[in-house]
Amino acid sequence: MPGHDDAGVRPAAVTARGWGWRHAGRAKPAVHALDLDIRPGERVMLLGPSGAGKSTLLHALAGVLGDSDADDAGTPDREDADESGELFIDGAPPRSRRGRAGLMQQDPETQVVLSRLGDDVAFGAENLSVPREEIWRRVHEALDDVGLSHLPLNHPTSALSGGQKQRLALAGILAMRPGLILLDEPTANLDPDGVLEVRDAVGRCLDKTGATLVVVEHRVAAWKDLVDRIVVLQPGSASDGAVLIDGTPDEVLEQARGMLTAAGVWVPGYVPETRRRSATGALPSSGHSTGQLLLAAENLAVSRERPRRRGFRSVPPEPVLRDVTAQVRAGEALTVTGPNGAGKSTFALTLAGLLPPVGGKVSATVELSGGAGIDPYKWRAEQLIARIGTVFQEPEHQFVTGRVLDELQFGPRHLGHGEERVDELLERLRLTHLVDANPYTLSGGEKRRLSVATVLAAHPQVLVLDEPTFGQDANTWAELASFLSELLDAGTAVVSVTHDEEFTQVLGGTELRLGSGGRLQPSPAEPRPAEPTSEQAAT
Amino acid sequence: MREALTLAGNRAVLTRANPLAKFAAVFLITLVLALSIDWMSASVALACELLVFPLAGLTAALLWQRGWPLILAAAVGGWSTSILSPDSGRLLLDVGIWSMSEGSLQLGLGFLLRGLAIALPAVLLMSCTDPTDLADALAQKARLPHRFVLGTLAAMRLVGLMAEEWQTIGMARRARGVGSRGNPWQRMRATLGQSFGLLVQAIRRATRLAVTMEARGFGGASRTWARVSTYSVLDVWVVLGGVLIAAGAVVAALWAGTWNMVWLEGS
Repeated sequence: MPGHDDAGVRPAAVTARGWGWRHAGRAKPAVHALDLDIRPGERVMLLGPSGAGKSTLLHALAGVLGDSDADDAGTPDREDADESGELFIDGAPPRSRRGRAGLMQQDPETQVVLSRLGDDVAFGAENLSVPREEIWRRVHEALDDVGLSHLPLNHPTSALSGGQKQRLALAGILAMRPGLILLDEPTANLDPDGVLEVRDAVGRCLDKTGATLVVVEHRVAAWKDLVDRIVVLQPGSASDGAVLIDGTPDEVLEQARGMLTAAGVWVPGYVPETRRRSATGALPSSGHSTGQLLLAAENLAVSRERPRRRGFRSVPPEPVLRDVTAQVRAGEALTVTGPNGAGKSTFALTLAGLLPPVGGKVSATVELSGGAGIDPYKWRAEQLIARIGTVFQEPEHQFVTGRVLDELQFGPRHLGHGEERVDELLERLRLTHLVDANPYTLSGGEKRRLSVATVLAAHPQVLVLDEPTFGQDANTWAELASFLSELLDAGTAVVSVTHDEEFTQVLGGTELRLGSGGRLQPSPAEPRPAEPTSEQAAT
Repeated sequence: MREALTLAGNRAVLTRANPLAKFAAVFLITLVLALSIDWMSASVALACELLVFPLAGLTAALLWQRGWPLILAAAVGGWSTSILSPDSGRLLLDVGIWSMSEGSLQLGLGFLLRGLAIALPAVLLMSCTDPTDLADALAQKARLPHRFVLGTLAAMRLVGLMAEEWQTIGMARRARGVGSRGNPWQRMRATLGQSFGLLVQAIRRATRLAVTMEARGFGGASRTWARVSTYSVLDVWVVLGGVLIAAGAVVAALWAGTWNMVWLEGS
C-alpha cells in the first residue's frame, strides 16, 4: 500500500461469519448468513437488488446499528432487533472500534454537522480525543486531500454544493484516520460533475492512505475502476448465504450481467430498452393536436426567495436566472438542462405556477387555461392540478394521505371527476399490489412511480418533472422513460429538468440549456416560431 | 433564513468577546430593568445600549431590519399601557373608554422604553455571537454536558434547512391540489397537513444526522476541543460595561426619584 505510513493509517480487515441482522419490527432479516473476508487495503463494491441489506451491512460496520447486547438502555432497537453470527473489524466488534471506520451517506445535507468548514472536519477527530495541534494539522491535510483547501476554514458549510459537501464529509472522515472507509451511495444525489468530483477525491485519498474501502453504489460505471472486487449480495429472505457472487469487477460484471440488469443495477455499457416515440401526427384520442402552444415563458426571471422585508419596505429578490424564453407545446418534450445552481428547478417551478415570477411573465394560452386566466400562479390549486401537474424530485414531499389508493384518488376527488383513470394508472405503473400500503413505506422506485401516477390522476395537459430519474435504478428508469413517451404520443406536454443525457434522448423534443450565472445559452433546436394566441396578447 | 443565523463578515470588537461574558452583561442589565417600571432607569440603559451597538457591528439600519418586530411590539405595549392603565394627573386624551393622563402616559412611556431596553440587548447578542462559539463556551467554560450542547448546535443547523423545506413542501402540496389559499378553516387544515409533512422530513433528516455524528465517534465520554473557549481582558470590560450600565440605570432612577419596584407597586 503506497504511503500509508506517513498518513498514520493502518488498513482494517473485515470478517463476517454467518452474520445476520433483522431490524426491529420486521419479520424477515435484512442480512442472513453472511460469510465475507475483506483483507486490509482491499477495495470492495457491494451490489445487489434493493432489500439485499447493503446499507445494513455498512451501518453495522460503522457501529451505528442498534446494538443487541449493548448495556445502554436508550437504544430503541434493543428489544426487537436481532443479530446473529459474528461481524468483526480487526477481530473485534465494530462498536468497540470507535473511529476505525468512517461512514458517508447519501444525503449531502446530513453529512455536514457544523456550520463552519474547518470545525466540521475537526468534529470526528475531537470526538476521538485527538490533541488540539494534531487536529488542526489533520484538518489542513484532509481539506487538501479532498481538494477544498482553497476555501477559508470559516467558510459557511451551507454555501457548498452537493459535491463539495460530500468531499467535506470525506475530509471529516479522513481526519479520524480510519482504516476502513464506508460509502453508502455517496454520489446518488449528485449531478454528473459532482459524481466525478467525489469519486476522484475518494480515489486520491485511498491511494494515499491505503485504507480499506467498502462502497455501495448503483452507478457501477463511475466506480468500477476504483475497486478491485465486487460482491453481489442477495436479500436476507433467501435461504442460502448472503453472498451471491464474489470476484474481480470484470469477472462479476460478465458472469452476473443478466442477473444484475434484471435487478436494475446500472451495469456499464447498458442502456435499458425503452419504448420509442411513434411518428408525430394527428392525435384523435386527446382532442388537441401536437404542437399546440399551451404555456409560454417570456423574459422570465426566477428566484425561490420571497420579497424580503426591510422594515416596512419590500425588496424583490435577486433572480438566480433571468431572460429565459421558452414554449411548452402539446405532445412535445421540453428538457431543461444545465449545471447545478443554474436555476433549472426554480425555472420549472415558476413555469408550473408554483413560484411567482420575479421578472417577465408566464402565460397560459386559452387552450390550456380554459378560462382560468393567463397567469398559472394565480390559479387556485384545483385549477392548477387539472392543467399543469408537477412531480417533485423528492416524492415524499407530495404525499398527502396515508394509503396508496387514497393518494391516487385525492386529485380526482377534489376535482369531482376522473376517478376512472385511477385503476388504469395503478395497472400501468405496477402499483396494484400496493393499494393499501402506506406511501412512506414504499421503495425508492415505487415512490417515484406513485408520485408520477398521483399527479397524472388529475389529467393535466402539461407535466413538469424535476429530476425524475435521480437515484433511480435502471428498471424504474426504463419504465418511466417509456411511460412518458406514451404520454407525449397521447398529446401531453412534458417538461423535465434533468442531468440525464440518455433520458433526454429518449424523450426527444427541444432542449433548453441554461448556463451558470443565469445566462441563457442558445438552444440547439427551436422547431417553430413563437406565436402567442390572441387571448394572450390581450394582456 | 440560513444566512440570517450566521454573522457574515461581522468583524466588530464584541464578536471577539466570550459569549458567556456577553451573556452575563446582558443578564445584569435585564435583571435591573425587570425590577422597576420607570422611565428613568429604562432610558439610561437604552441610551447606553445604543452607544454600545456599533461595537457589535450593528448600524441603525441593521438594527431596524433585525429588530423591527421587537421594536413594534414595545411600541404597541407602551401605547396600550398608556391608554388602558388607571388615570392619574391631568387628562391628556379622552376618547370613549380610552383615556390617557399624565400618569398613565408616564407609565406607558416607561413600559415602551423598558421593553426596548430589554429586547435590544437580545438583538445585540444574536448579531455578534456565533452559535458555534456559544456552544464551545457553554461546554468548556460553563461545563454543560457536551453531548447536549453539540447535539443542540447540530440541530440548529437543521432549522435553517427546515425553513427551505417548508417552502418546498408548500409548493409540492399545491401541486397536489392542496391550496394554502381560501377561508381560514381551509388554510388551517392546509397548514396542519404541511406541518405533518415537515415533521416527517425533519425526523428523517435528524435520524440521518444522528447516524453521521455517531459514525464520527460522537457520544463518547470524553473529547478534545479544536477551538478553545477563553476569557480575555476584553471580557472583563464587557462584564464591567454591563455592571456600569445596570448600576447607572439604578442610580439615575433613585436620584430622579422614579425608582419603582415592581412588587411594591400598589396599583
